[in-house]
Parts: sequence; C-alpha cells; structure tokens
Amino acid sequence: MVTGWFTGDGDDFTLLGTRCSVCASVFFPREDAHCRNPGCAGGELAEIPLSRRGRVWSYTDSRYRPPSPYVTDPELPWEPCTLIAVELAAERIVVLGQAVPGVTVADLTVGAEVEVVPGVLHEDGETVFTTWRWRPTGVTA
Amino acid sequence: MTGEVAVLGAGMHPWGKWGRGFVEYGVTAARAALADAGLEWRDVGSIVGADTVRGGYPGYVAGATFAKALGWQGARVASVYAACASGAQAVAAARAQILAGLADVVLVVGADAAPKGFFRPAGGDRPDDPDWLRFRVLGATNPTYFGLYARRRMAVHGDTSEDFAQVKVKNSAMGALNPNARYRKRVTADEVAASAVVADPLRLLDICATSDGGAALVLSSMEFARRRGATAPVRIRAVSTVTPTYPNTVLDLPDIATDSAAAVEPTERTFRASIAHAAYQEAGIGPEDLSLAEVYDLSTALELQWYEDLGLCGEGEGAKLLREGATAAGGRIPVNMSGGLASFGEAVPAQAIAQVCELTWQLRGDAGQRQVEHARVGITANQGLFGHGSAVMAVR
Repeated sequence: MVTGWFTGDGDDFTLLGTRCSVCASVFFPREDAHCRNPGCAGGELAEIPLSRRGRVWSYTDSRYRPPSPYVTDPELPWEPCTLIAVELAAERIVVLGQAVPGVTVADLTVGAEVEVVPGVLHEDGETVFTTWRWRPTGVTA
Repeated sequence: MTGEVAVLGAGMHPWGKWGRGFVEYGVTAARAALADAGLEWRDVGSIVGADTVRGGYPGYVAGATFAKALGWQGARVASVYAACASGAQAVAAARAQILAGLADVVLVVGADAAPKGFFRPAGGDRPDDPDWLRFRVLGATNPTYFGLYARRRMAVHGDTSEDFAQVKVKNSAMGALNPNARYRKRVTADEVAASAVVADPLRLLDICATSDGGAALVLSSMEFARRRGATAPVRIRAVSTVTPTYPNTVLDLPDIATDSAAAVEPTERTFRASIAHAAYQEAGIGPEDLSLAEVYDLSTALELQWYEDLGLCGEGEGAKLLREGATAAGGRIPVNMSGGLASFGEAVPAQAIAQVCELTWQLRGDAGQRQVEHARVGITANQGLFGHGSAVMAVR
C-alpha cells in the first residue's frame, strides 16, 4: 500500500522521501518517476530519510467514523482519532499523519514539537499494517 | 481581454435530498435555463456537461446524457471533469467554443445526486490515487481538512469559533430567501455552537452538507444576443481555470503532504489567491470594483479565507471584514447572497454553475429579496480536488 514510505523501528523509525539530484527538491510521498519542479530538467530521484521531528502546522480530529477504504471494526464504537499536519523545517514540507492513540486536540497547539513513531494502522489476522504516527515531544513553541 | 459571451438564460433544479437521478435534475435545470433565454433546445449548437458518476463504464458522464434526455438533435457535445471546479470548467469550455466561432449558443449543465454522508473515493485498491490513499492511510475525510484550515486560522489570525458561526448565521439568512436552497431556515450562533463537533474546531453547522441539485446556463456570442434583441445581457468577462504554482505549500485536499519549498521559493500568491488573480487579470477588473462574490464555503472558516484570497481585505483580516458587516446583505461587498453552500449543500458538478446563475440573477436585478442594489460586477470562486481552481467574472 505505502511501500517505501517509512523504515526502521523505535527511535530509528523515519519517513522516507525522495530528492532530485539536480534541483534538490524533496518529495513525500516519494516521487520515483519524474522531478515535479517545473524549472528542473529532471534528475535521479534518490531515497532520503525525512527529519524525525517537526512543528505542528495545524491539527484536528475525526469525530465520526471515516468511510472505507479506511478500515475500522463496525462492531466497535468509533473512537475519535486526531490528525496532525507537521512542518518539517529542513525539508520545508508539511506532512499529515494521525497522532499516536490517546493524544487529543486538547493536547496540541500550533507550533508544538512532535516526532514520528511507528504505529499500527490495523491488523487482519494475517498482516499487521504499519503506519507512521506523530507524537508530541512535550516541547512547545 | 479575450472577449465576452452573453448569459441568455439561467436555471436550477432546487437543491435537497430528492432521491431521484441526476439526469432529471439536469434536464429540469436545462429546460429552465432555455425558457429563461427564450430559446428552444433545437436552437442550441453545443452542449457542455459537468461530469458526474454513473455506475457503468466509464462512469463519468454528462453532456451526452443530458443531450439524449433532452432529445438527440445533433448538437456538438463535451463533458468535463474537474471535481468541484467541473461546473466552471464547463463554462470555460462553452465560452471557448463561442469565442472560437464553433457555436453561437451553448447549453451548460451540471447536476448530481450526492451520496449520503462523507464523500468517499471510488472502490477497489487504488494506491496510485491520492484521494484513495488519504482515506485508506489516514481516514482523512473532507471535513478534517476544513478543520485543519480552521484551526490554523485560529492560531495565526486569532479567528474564533464565534466568528465561524457568524458566517453560517449570515449565509443561512440569505438561504432563507432563496427558493432553490436546500436549507431555508435562519440559523443562530447558539444553534451552531450546540451542533456536534465533526472535525475540531468545526461543528456540523460549520460544514456544508451533500445534496442533490442541478444548474444550467445558456451562453451565446454577443452578436447572437444582439440579434435576439438582448441589448444589455449579463456578460461573462473572465473564466479562470488555473493550476497551482510549484511549490504549493498549503496542504490541499486530497494530498497527504505539501510540495517542499526546499529547492524553490514559493510564489507570493497562494493557489487560492492565484485563482482570483487570474480572473481579475483577464477581466481587467479588481476587487475594489466588485458588487458581490459567490465563494465556495465548504466550511464557515473557509469563507473567511476566500475574503483574503479574493483581495476583499488583507491577509488575516477576514473575520474583521465579517464582523464589520461588509460581507452581509447591504454591506460593502456582500458574499454568498445565494446562501452559499451553507444553504445549498454540495451537488458537486452543479455548484460552480449555480454560482454563475446567482450572479446572473443579481446582475439583472432579478434576485428578489436577496438583491444587491446596483449590482454591476460579480465574481465566483471555487477549488476542486487535484489542483483545479476556477473563478468566473460576470458584468452588466
């Protein structure tokens, strides 16, 4: 589903993007076909790890169960999940992700620092679908 | 200046949840627009439809579907898909045909029967579709993006939930006067505050519903309009259909991330601002000349953003403009006198056409109790998924 979007475990977990060898543009989700900078003739797109920490650009939550293809158990009551858009300074990019379970909008402010950690999107008995999650570091703006 | 086209007719099928097919809504709107223009369907040389989804392959249909329902008469046909900007792109296609001399009279139609609840992507495993991915990986519905924008405005500009609610109060007051609107009840700030949170900080009454509906326009060359005795018709002077400029640094539906600004500095104008700017440039008209605007208020907070993107006020001053009453009926620059999406809900391919219908009625002086006095110049603005942006400028 999202092959090559992240790698590693624990403190080594990082999002993976790509970077153009000619203009140094960064892409996430990874762009492997062509550099999308209109002023660039196009170069090799090499895989790079993204910064593990960033600042909250904005945040919200989903109080109602999202429709498919999001996978949820309709037998269980819906637990609202929190979404955080995070600005990575070095890459000058904003990346959206779910917050780690238990973090609500009340725990967040724009500008606060968060870090990327692995999380489980869902599991179906045979497969555990890993994803990325944003977790507050406790450092505020 | 690329030349003008005349709006000879405008028509709608009322918005609501009617439980019927989109063809019926589109044909009703088309017949209303033709009657308004005083023309027969056989007088139409071309039909352009804003696409919607039908079950069969390839699923996205419009122009020919409406042509068949109205009765095959050999007209030129086109269909366009541009998500929420589909209707404006249909207007653009029609205008281009008229200005190119390919047709004297073009019928533009958009209609939809919206699904219940959240919009969702088409079925199947489609990881090459960013719209599918944001649902599959993040469960990020449209309202969560609206929530992100709203929270960002609160943090950066100091907007409050009460400001957002006042947008709903204003638009619902106008919708109450519009027979084509789905919601025709005035809403109070307390009612907004008492509605359930959908995507913090936005509540149910901050977010537009999905609806059924249809809208249509009859456009013609200026020469044809004159021949028919329409000496001073409403004219479309500009249609902007721009894409963003790399790097697009505001998180846009349905993307999971922005473009990176690591290699290229962002331009001064955001995507939304560039949509309006292109229309102003083409029309040779500035925001100070506007009599009214119809903008895509997918959420109350987003309407405030449009004030700034249209240049009605400076950055961060949207809520101030609202509080001053400038964008309400009788204000300096009334916005969403139709009631907006707050009162209509979204019938995606129809909404951008419906915005132009409202401009047409306002510029003719036919808007009844919603009438903006001495309306001479109007703009519409909207944004569709996947980098579609459109604005239409009409003058009288």
